[in-house]
Amino acid sequence: MQLIVNGEPCQTQAVFVLDLILERGLVPERVAVVHNDAIVPATARAQTRLVEGDRVELLAFAAGG
Amino acid sequence: MLNDIDNHDALVLGGQAFASRLLLGTGKFADASVMMRAVQAAGTQLVTVALRRCDRDRPHDALLEPLLSRKDLVLMPNTSGARTAAEAVRAAYIARDLCGSRFVKVEIHPNPHHLMPDAIETYEAARQLARDGFVVMPYMPADPVLAKRLEEVGCASVMPLGSAIGSGQGLATAELLRLIIRDARIPVIVDAGLRSPAQAAAALELGCAAVLVNTAIAVAGDPPAMAEAFAQAVQAGRKAFRAGIMTTGEASATSPLTAFLRHEG
Repeated sequence: MQLIVNGEPCQTQAVFVLDLILERGLVPERVAVVHNDAIVPATARAQTRLVEGDRVELLAFAAGG
Repeated sequence: MLNDIDNHDALVLGGQAFASRLLLGTGKFADASVMMRAVQAAGTQLVTVALRRCDRDRPHDALLEPLLSRKDLVLMPNTSGARTAAEAVRAAYIARDLCGSRFVKVEIHPNPHHLMPDAIETYEAARQLARDGFVVMPYMPADPVLAKRLEEVGCASVMPLGSAIGSGQGLATAELLRLIIRDARIPVIVDAGLRSPAQAAAALELGCAAVLVNTAIAVAGDPPAMAEAFAQAVQAGRKAFRAGIMTTGEASATSPLTAFLRHEG
């Protein structure tokens, strides 16, 4: 399935949002997820199903002033 | 008397009391160990962080890991990168989901050359976020009218710039800061432009409630030592402000001018 992740096309085996986080080697508690413009809280990631063409943003904190 | 001045002088933001009046930005530090030692030396309790996409080549910022696990620090995510109020509001919600902090530094500067805050978008974002229950700390131009408007929509503080972000040009806006402070009923925090501890002390002497420092500490030869110097300057400036600073005027002798040393006749 193809998604748009952080603005770029991405082939994935992930079924749920949590799968995508783990597939990309990210630490779930350090990542915020925006799925088609809606924030997916940590408690909903294992149940939020991905669909072909979905847009996903994966964000984290970085150093900044 | 001294103890009266030191006690009961917390900085209150969003109903939370902070003993430290030095807020620290986390950008530009060489590594995590230096940053954490600077945080410690600054005695800071409120630190800013930014939000960014998790790239494939750099999924997590290793610099931040020790900071994020410190439970005694309050995180204040910024909305840097946002060019509009809508983007800033979105960033604030994402950041809150990530760390649970109600604090947000609204930061909207669309022009990378001068990094000056967009007053109109900043006002709109601050209004919405304050209404939605965030503790809103807007980075803003040193404009007394805008400061009052931001106070009226429920901001927890205003954070006017001393000079441009990262420029180290100090309190170029001192006269405007004076006007903002005179009318403000919320803490006025100078954000951006401070180069040296003397400038931080001057900001506190002026009546600023706190300062937010990043570059001046992060790029110093010895960041933890500079952080400590800033902390001491902030304490000195605050104490001087509370003690009541003399007004300037004509020459005025500090010793008696009696003529007993002069030989008469």
